Amino acid sequence: MSANANAALLDVRDVSKAFGTVEVLRAVSLEVNRGEVVSVIGPSGSGKTTLLRCVNFLESYDSGSIRIDGKEVGYREAGTRQRRSERDLAAMRAETGMVFQSFNLFPHLTAAGNIMLGLRKVRGKSDAEASQIAEHWLGRVGLAHKADSLPAELSGGQQQRVGIARAVAMEPKILLLDEITSALDPELVGEVLAVVRSLAEDGMTMLMVTHEMAFARDASSRIVFMADGSVSAAGPPAEILGTEIKNERLRNFLARFRASHF
Amino acid sequence: MLGQILYALPFLAQGFALTLWVSLLVVVLSLIAGVLMGVGLVYGPVPLRWAVRIFSDTIRGIPILVLIFFVYYGLPAVGVHLQSFWAAVLALTLFKTAQVVEYLRGAVASIPKGQSEAAMAIGLTFRQRLAYVIFPQAFRRFLPPWINGVTDAVKGSALVSLLGITDLMQAINQVIGRTYEAMPLYIFGALVYFAVNYALSLASRRLERRFSFIRE
Repeated sequence: MSANANAALLDVRDVSKAFGTVEVLRAVSLEVNRGEVVSVIGPSGSGKTTLLRCVNFLESYDSGSIRIDGKEVGYREAGTRQRRSERDLAAMRAETGMVFQSFNLFPHLTAAGNIMLGLRKVRGKSDAEASQIAEHWLGRVGLAHKADSLPAELSGGQQQRVGIARAVAMEPKILLLDEITSALDPELVGEVLAVVRSLAEDGMTMLMVTHEMAFARDASSRIVFMADGSVSAAGPPAEILGTEIKNERLRNFLARFRASHF
Repeated sequence: MLGQILYALPFLAQGFALTLWVSLLVVVLSLIAGVLMGVGLVYGPVPLRWAVRIFSDTIRGIPILVLIFFVYYGLPAVGVHLQSFWAAVLALTLFKTAQVVEYLRGAVASIPKGQSEAAMAIGLTFRQRLAYVIFPQAFRRFLPPWINGVTDAVKGSALVSLLGITDLMQAINQVIGRTYEAMPLYIFGALVYFAVNYALSLASRRLERRFSFIRE
């Protein structure tokens, strides 16, 4: 049983972070409940990706608190800035899956090998078990026939689907998607989004940074609009991407966005 | 002339064995020390990084011959007396270690940051990330300069003859001292060194192909 079955699965409270003198996150708060898909949109430089990277502590943060399933991420306790041990951090990161904009597949391992590495070394599965799980997930993302291919032999869309399979095979509590279609040719975006959609239908909890407005509208339970390092607006898709928007920055952002996407 | 080489062959073979032994010791010891220090340079705390940086820059700025003489003739002044053989091995190892540090740093630095991050994201610990993600990829970049360095070590081992150690070079000089057949013996020596190093280069090329991520 998790610590707080009723509390939000991901609870971000007043998180701030600065790179030198540049404040990239200013007291950001957001919650993601179990089974929810939350999209983060906003202009580049608004801190979306940094926020996502704080959730699995690829970035440290200066103040505030991030909890997953009631457990403080990165630091021993919310108040202290005492980092967890390397072993603790690794164990916590194993509970959050991450899919990267640039795929970041391991080029020396096959598609199946990419998925099996964490299963074997982190989850302690046998080769046979890990290989079975890899096969299952490759099937789910439509790449059963590519198990033995190296990343260099796959298209961008295929690589990203392996990236997703690698993350979800670990059975994370939450999946973090960082602009996962931004590096893809337009005709390959669809196949990747279809996989994300099917995961959402299965109840996978997801926090995604995206520029795919149509997809965010269709697939998210809530949308968070970030600007200048803070949450400027948040709500259900119909409200955030609707026609009557009171938030001026959001209105400008969407207008600019629509202008550049017809 | 050929007869004299043949006659001296057992003696030359002993010298050659010593050359190989020195080279092997230097290559193995410098690999271990260099990789450890290289990891310290890339991932260690700042004081350690500085220490390794200073070591590497200093050693690489000193001619290897000076280093050999320093270790053998200089260190006794501070109470460290080494046999000529070990003084030579130590000096050559220090020299090689500084190079291995740089090869390792370069090889690891060439791996995109995203690789470490992806490895972190699936929950691998620091050691696991190095062992399963970074090193297997860095190895491919590390190998060519390192093999080059190994051939340098074999060639550089000839300098130990200056401390009176009977390696191949010294053996050749001694035979020349008896026979005055400098030309054929130096050609013979050159061929032996060349054969060893050429074999190493071939092995290196094979390994590089073996560790390529793209199938041919």
